Amino acid sequence: MNSVHDMGGMDGFGKVEVEQNEPPFHARWEGRVLAMQRAMGYAGAWHIDHSRFAQEQLPPLIYLAASYYQRWELAMEHNLLQRGYVAPEELAAGHALRPAKPLNRKLTLDAVPGSMMRSSFFRQQQGPARFKPGDRVRTKNINPATHTRLPRYARDKLGVVELIHGCHAYPDSVATDRGDDPQWLYTVVFDGQEIWGADADPTLKISIDAFEPYLEPA
Amino acid sequence: MATHDHDHHDEHGSELSETQLRVRALETILTEKGYIDPAALDAIVETYETKIGPRNGALVVAKAWTDPAFRQALLEDATKAVATLGHESRVGDHLVAVENTPQRHNMIVCTLCSCYPWEVLGLPPIWYKSAPYRSRAVKDPRGVLADFGVTLPKETEIRVWDSTAETRFLVLPMRPAGTEGWSEERLADLVTRDSMVGTGLARKPGEIAQ
Repeated sequence: MNSVHDMGGMDGFGKVEVEQNEPPFHARWEGRVLAMQRAMGYAGAWHIDHSRFAQEQLPPLIYLAASYYQRWELAMEHNLLQRGYVAPEELAAGHALRPAKPLNRKLTLDAVPGSMMRSSFFRQQQGPARFKPGDRVRTKNINPATHTRLPRYARDKLGVVELIHGCHAYPDSVATDRGDDPQWLYTVVFDGQEIWGADADPTLKISIDAFEPYLEPA
Repeated sequence: MATHDHDHHDEHGSELSETQLRVRALETILTEKGYIDPAALDAIVETYETKIGPRNGALVVAKAWTDPAFRQALLEDATKAVATLGHESRVGDHLVAVENTPQRHNMIVCTLCSCYPWEVLGLPPIWYKSAPYRSRAVKDPRGVLADFGVTLPKETEIRVWDSTAETRFLVLPMRPAGTEGWSEERLADLVTRDSMVGTGLARKPGEIAQ
């Protein structure tokens, strides 16, 4: 969806400010949010793409004003409510008032070490890869109102396939509960001038990781 | 101006309090419903506070600097190569290492959210997740580098990797001169987090305490 989360190339946000000796968390609640999110993901309540999509659906002014972990928290509330794990009156009361909805499993203390490794996104291929490294491709001009991982700045642009990463779960499908719909994934590289025009830095090259449905031969 | 700053901090403080309350309520609800175990949450937080950080990545880089076969393996399949090191935090399937050379400088960003190689670098810093970095890295990477005090030769190719899928990227910075014969441990002290994201360079020998 075309909202403020898709920030590549926007102007006006100012300089990058670096905090020296930054701690892992700036407040205790940040760690709790991260860990709750991890536990609910482990339990199979939703997929990481649902979390991303929920953040993208925050009203733009809220998205921009919220901190990183505030966005996580708001997205978690969205998914808990939307998927029926928590009822609105429970959020208002601050306590459980209804029976729980069954989950696949629960993250217990002894399972934590094993849960620290990211799960694999490889999926069984549904057919041969359409492109190979060196192929010229054009990204499609798509503007879905739902989750996509093709940024606006890289739509309808000429690029070259550089790497092929295998067949992966397709976020555009997963985020909208249409299943994994596995797709080949490629690193596609663009000249900076193809993206930003003739005035762009001639030494700039930009790549995205593009799922096969984003691409057509060029 | 001082008054304005004061007001701003007060406002910020009360927003955080509201968030604290929301988060506490959420943890209570999820615990009461049996979805989560607070002890497991403690362990996750502690792992990120004490065990997983940029030192993991720095040791990978230092090994690549001293062991040509490992460097080759890392560039061919970073997931597999890092797994051979037996780190506490193993990495998922989709790690890619990209090498800086005198001709090319690599920089990593996630313009759409904040994807970052947690397993080798720990939690991302605030600047990496911020709008200024996410918006400018793909359009004006030299300007971003200037914010970090880094200037590269005009002719160096700047390659920006936007992490738009589950692939995660680790920059293999250039080894500083004057470090011949150094141990991996000592070399790792030169490898900063920013040098592995591409917003910095590895430290020179004179830049660390002896």
